Amino acid sequence: MLREAVETVTAAVTAALTAAGNASSLHTAGRRARRVVEESREQLAAALGARPSEVVFCGSGTESDNLAVKGIWWARRAADPRRTRILASAVEHHAVLDAVEWLATHEGATVEWLPVDRDGRLHPDVLREAVERDPSDVALVTVMWANNEVGTVQPVRRLAEIAHEHGIPFHSDAVQAVGQLPVDVATSGVDALTLTGHKFGGPLGVGALVLGRDIACVPLLHGGGQERDVRSGTLDTPAVAGLAVAATLAVERQPELHARLSGLRDDLVRRVLTAVPDAVLNGPAGGVDRLPGNAHFSFPGCEGDSLLLLLDARGVEVSTGSACSSGVARPSHVLLAMGAAEDDARSSLRFSLGHTSTTAEVDALLEVLPGVVERARSVPARR
Amino acid sequence: MRLLAALSGGVDSAVAAALAVEAGHDVTGVHLALSTSPATLRSGSRGCCSKEDARDASRVADVLGIPYYVWDFAEQFRADVVDDFVAEYAAGRTPNPCLRCNERIKFTAVLDRALALGFDAVVTGHHARLEHGVLSRSADAGKDQSYVLAVLTPQQLAGTVLPLGHLTKARVRELAAERGLGVADKPDSHDVCFIADGDTAGFLRSHLGSQPGPVVDALTGAVVGAHDGAYGYTVGQRRGLALSVPAADGRPRYVLSVEPVSRTVTVGPGEALDVHEVRCTRPLLHAPLPASCAVQLRAHGAVHDCVVRQDGDGWRLSLATPARGVAPGQAAVLYDGDRVLASATSA
Ligand SMILES: Cc1ncc(COP(=O)(O)O)c(C=O)c1O
Repeated sequence: MLREAVETVTAAVTAALTAAGNASSLHTAGRRARRVVEESREQLAAALGARPSEVVFCGSGTESDNLAVKGIWWARRAADPRRTRILASAVEHHAVLDAVEWLATHEGATVEWLPVDRDGRLHPDVLREAVERDPSDVALVTVMWANNEVGTVQPVRRLAEIAHEHGIPFHSDAVQAVGQLPVDVATSGVDALTLTGHKFGGPLGVGALVLGRDIACVPLLHGGGQERDVRSGTLDTPAVAGLAVAATLAVERQPELHARLSGLRDDLVRRVLTAVPDAVLNGPAGGVDRLPGNAHFSFPGCEGDSLLLLLDARGVEVSTGSACSSGVARPSHVLLAMGAAEDDARSSLRFSLGHTSTTAEVDALLEVLPGVVERARSVPARR
Repeated sequence: MRLLAALSGGVDSAVAAALAVEAGHDVTGVHLALSTSPATLRSGSRGCCSKEDARDASRVADVLGIPYYVWDFAEQFRADVVDDFVAEYAAGRTPNPCLRCNERIKFTAVLDRALALGFDAVVTGHHARLEHGVLSRSADAGKDQSYVLAVLTPQQLAGTVLPLGHLTKARVRELAAERGLGVADKPDSHDVCFIADGDTAGFLRSHLGSQPGPVVDALTGAVVGAHDGAYGYTVGQRRGLALSVPAADGRPRYVLSVEPVSRTVTVGPGEALDVHEVRCTRPLLHAPLPASCAVQLRAHGAVHDCVVRQDGDGWRLSLATPARGVAPGQAAVLYDGDRVLASATSA
C-alpha cells in the first residue's frame, strides 16, 4: 500500500482504539464505539455501491464465505426441503470449496462443480444448463468475482441474472476484486458478496459479507446478535474502522492502479515469455478479463517449489498454488479444473504485483529468471 | 557452505541447524512432508508426519532466522519406505524403515535435490560422528545412530554434515533450551513414524489382510498354535505367541523362523536361536577390513567380534560369541571400535 494510505488507515485504527468501548453497551464509551462501527458501515457501503443495512462485519474472508454458503443453504432448505443443490464454480477458493464440501458431507447437500474453460472462466451457458435441469432444487449459486491464483475475472453480472431468473440467491467471493476491479454491488446483481480487509490495505482479521436485506441467512455464530442477528460477537472496532477507510481509498484509486498495474503486468508477461520461450501463461491473456496485478506461468520441466526457493534466495518473492494452503504444495485444483496436466500444475508460479511494484523490480526478476529456470530444470523430478 | 537443514520438528534437527548457522554457514531449512494425509493435530503420540511437527519445524526456522520450506516427498516415501516395509514383512523379513528412509529419501532424493539446487550438503540431527568422510559412533552410546547411517555410500556421506556427533542427547536439549527453541523438551519420536499408534501388527494386518497359518514346534514338529498372519512375527520374538500347547519342557518358546509361502511360524527354545555364522548380501565397504572386527546385527543391539570372509557377492561372518535371533533383512554393520567399516544386509 502507498505510504499515505497506510497513514490514513493507521490514523483511523488509532482513533477507534482511543474511542474504545463495547459497541453494544449503552454507556457513553459504548455509544462512541457504536458510532465508529455505524460510520464505517456507511463508508464501506458507499465505497461498494451497497446500502449500509446490507453490510455484515465479521472476522475474515473465510468467515464471510462460510456464513454466505452455509447460512443461505440452511435458510433455503428450511423454506423448502427439496432445495439441497449447490452450484459452484470448480475454481473457488478453499473458504468456499471446503464450506460446500462440508455441507455435502454433513448436511446432505448435493454439489455440482461447474466446469470452467482453459482460461478458468465459467460460461453463463454452463450455469444456465445446470440451473434449468431443475431450478426447484437449487439452494444457491456461488461463483467468485476473480480468481486468486490465475486472476480470471468471472462474468458475475450475467451469472447472477441467470440465478435470478429462477429466484435463486447468488453469492460471490470478491476478496480479490475489491480495489483491483470496479465492484458495484447494486449493479452487479449479487445477493451476497464477500470481502476481506487485508487484500486492499486494511487490517488483518476483519472482513464483511454484503448481504441483501431480503436474503434469508442462518447464522454460524449465535449470541448477542450484534450484526443484524446474522452474526454475533463484539466487533473489533478499530479493525472495522480501518477496513472501511482502506476500502474507500482502494476504490478511489482503483482506476489509476488498474491502469498502472496492468501495464506493468503486460510488460512482465511479454518479457517472461521472451526470456523463457517455452513458459506458458495460465489464465486469460490480459485486458479486463484478468486481475491487473496477476501473472501466472507454467515452466515445463521445473517444479514450482524449486523455482520458489531459487527466486526467494535471489530476493524475488513469488508463490506456488494458493498462498493460503500453507506447507505442502499440491497441484492446484484451479489449474487442474482449467485442464492442465498434473505436471504442468506442479510447474507453475504466480507473480503478484501491487501498489509498490516497479519496473525496476520486473527488471530484477528478468535478470535472474533464465538462470533460475535452467537450474530448476536440473533438479531430479519427484514422483 | 550453503547447507540444507532437514528440520523434522524435533529437538535434534533443530540444534543441528542452529549449530550450522552458528558455524557461519548459509542455512536453509526444509521440512519433509512424508505422509499423504497429514494427521490433524495430535496430542499424545507423535510421528514425523504430523502437522504439529511441520509447525514446530517452521518455528525453529523462525527462531534461527533462516528460510523455510516444506518439501513434499509423500509419494516417494510411500513407495520406497512404507510399501517396502510391508513387502519385506510379507516376505518373512524384518525391515528397518528408518534405515530405508535414510538410504532412499533423506540421503538420496533430498540430497540429490539439494545438490541440484546449488546446496553443498545436507545437515541432519542424527547422533553419529562424521569427520573427513569417516563415520563413527556418537559420543552418546545410548543414542548412537551410526547403525542406520552405515548404508550411505561415500558420495552420500560427502554431501552430509552431522553436527551432533560429539554431543549427548542431554546436552542437545540444553543447547536447545539456551537458544530458546520451543522443542527443547519435546518428547522423542517413537520408532516407526508412519505407524502413529505404534501397533505394527495392526498396521500390517490392515495392509496384508488375514493370512492364517500354523505355529509349529521345531523340536516335536507338532502344531502348537495358530496365527492370523506370519508377517506379525519376527525371529527372536517371545511375547504374543498365544500357544495352545505348552512346551514339553515347560520353558519359553521363541520364534525361530518365519516362512511366508507356507505361512508357517516355527517356535523353539531360546538356544535354538543362537547363531554363530551370518550370511550377508549387499556389502558396502567404507574402509579396508582388518583381520577381525565387530558386527552389530540390529539397531541398539549387542556387538560381536567376528571374522569376515568373502562368499560369492556377499559375506560370511563368523561370530566369536553367538548372536541370539538374527532376523533376515536387518543390517549387519561392521565396526572397528567406534568407527564404521562396512554395512551389509543379513540374508
Ligand atoms: C479468493 C479468496 N477468498 C477468501 C480468502 C480468505 O480470506 P481471509 O484470509 O480473510 O480468511 C482469500 C485469501 O485470503 C482469497 O484469496
